[in-house]
Amino acid sequence: MAVETHYIPAQPKARTSTVVLGAVAIAALLAAPFVVYPVFMMSILCFALFACAFNLLIGYVGLLSFGHATFFGGAAYFTAHAVKVWGFEPLAGLLVGVVGAALLGLVVGFLAIRRQGIYFSMITLALGQMFAFICLQAPFTHGEDGIQGVPRGHLLGLIDLNQPLAMYYVTLAIFLFGFFAIWRIVHSPFGNILQAIRENERRAISLGYRVDRYKLGAFVMSAALAGLAGGTKAIVFQFATLTDVQWQMSGEVILMTLLGGIGTLIGPVVGASLVIALQNYLAAYDFPVTVLIGVIFVICVLIFRRGIAGEVIELMRRKAG
Amino acid sequence: MEFRGFIAVNNVTLSVNEGTVHALIGPNGAGKTTVFNLLTKFLTPTRGQITFRGSDITALKPAEVARLGLVRSFQISAVFPHLTVLDNVRVALQRPSDLATQFWRSSSILSTLDDRAMSLIDAVGLSSYAHLPAVELSYGRKRALEIATTLALDPAMLLLDEPMAGMGHEDIGRISDLIRRIARNRTVLMVEHNLNVVSDLCDRVTVLARGEILADGSYDTVSADPRVREAYMGTEHA
Repeated sequence: MAVETHYIPAQPKARTSTVVLGAVAIAALLAAPFVVYPVFMMSILCFALFACAFNLLIGYVGLLSFGHATFFGGAAYFTAHAVKVWGFEPLAGLLVGVVGAALLGLVVGFLAIRRQGIYFSMITLALGQMFAFICLQAPFTHGEDGIQGVPRGHLLGLIDLNQPLAMYYVTLAIFLFGFFAIWRIVHSPFGNILQAIRENERRAISLGYRVDRYKLGAFVMSAALAGLAGGTKAIVFQFATLTDVQWQMSGEVILMTLLGGIGTLIGPVVGASLVIALQNYLAAYDFPVTVLIGVIFVICVLIFRRGIAGEVIELMRRKAG
Repeated sequence: MEFRGFIAVNNVTLSVNEGTVHALIGPNGAGKTTVFNLLTKFLTPTRGQITFRGSDITALKPAEVARLGLVRSFQISAVFPHLTVLDNVRVALQRPSDLATQFWRSSSILSTLDDRAMSLIDAVGLSSYAHLPAVELSYGRKRALEIATTLALDPAMLLLDEPMAGMGHEDIGRISDLIRRIARNRTVLMVEHNLNVVSDLCDRVTVLARGEILADGSYDTVSADPRVREAYMGTEHA
């Protein structure tokens, strides 16, 4: 039997341009702290990673979690506690945050994944509210005060993270690690099955896939990566507070992802940068930021359905024919 | 192989012998698809028992039933619309090849499945569409793709829900040949409205009407049964 086996990978041209764009972006990120205030950049990187982790779930599994602050803020508390109270080295502290977030993700995911659509979102919201309440009451989180004065410490006992540049490059490395982890997951055999499940869940089941396990796996990965973002934020800003576990934070990450473009790898990064930049620059004025972000959001939903990055990618695709 | 279901449908006791092609026919609304859903556990029977190759599968989940080798197709064509034809078949091949849970590897590893996928695609006559997204295929070709995807699991038993529906003459001939070929070492239970196909392909026919078994036997016996004729005529008048 004559069998053709030429499977067309992504067009080589598109691949080269992606590599070039990626290289330019990394170069720009490396140069950024000399142009922009490093703490501002680190804030963007943390939220961008958080949005990317959230997008792994909504964009590639089709699950809208309304409780992702649990993993982001929860990990911030865990990391802050491990570093400040137990005297952990920063990387070990981050590991505590990531593992903690993954375990929370396992519990929340296990309970929520049996339900579809809005019910899934409602369960994640309810569990998120419960976790926020625990954080308010538990002694180790220090209630309204949060965990303050978290030492940045020395990375592996060598690199002094109190140096803004050192802290920035470590944050950048963590962000890139998380970003490429998501890229790898999406373009892996596992990611393939996630896509198949999103396209036709009943068919995937009838082919013998235990789809709940795949969804739970993706949920835990998303939670762990959101935890990586939250833990990093706790070290960068040297505190962990209730703001990061409350539902507003879950809403904010949805907003960032929607604005940037759901289901695109770069979209959440664009969305997070936009929202953080607006919050940062408008904080000095009396103008209410939420109103402006709300207006942008409405425009985005009405005109740019795919989000900013989503529309640009679609435009390039159409141009390429 | 035996199925005994006191099914929500109604006291349907159906046994399918290993290695045969068995047709389930009946007027619309007779409960044929419901029986399929019960057998593959997409529905849970209120009462009754389902056994497959001697073991009780009544309490299993749909994915587990598929893993035992009892794989179904759907009445409304079930493909992964935005995956290419090749990718559709590879999704089915991924699970038995243990290439489904690896999230740390590049999906380019899946090209090791291409040869097998292409030979399955070739068998249903879709070679020239291998790189087309499934959504762009005609209805008949989607059905063919669905059969190729189902066959990729090498199931011991196939449940085909109206495999010929919406197909043209040529397609019907090709898919009939294919079913005949795959039935050599497998069991097939199919719902089919095209009685020529049924008489041509099937060793045994069960007629279902209003959720109950009306007749059971060879095509000639069943088609001579006056009650079967009445059931069919009845719906034609309605």
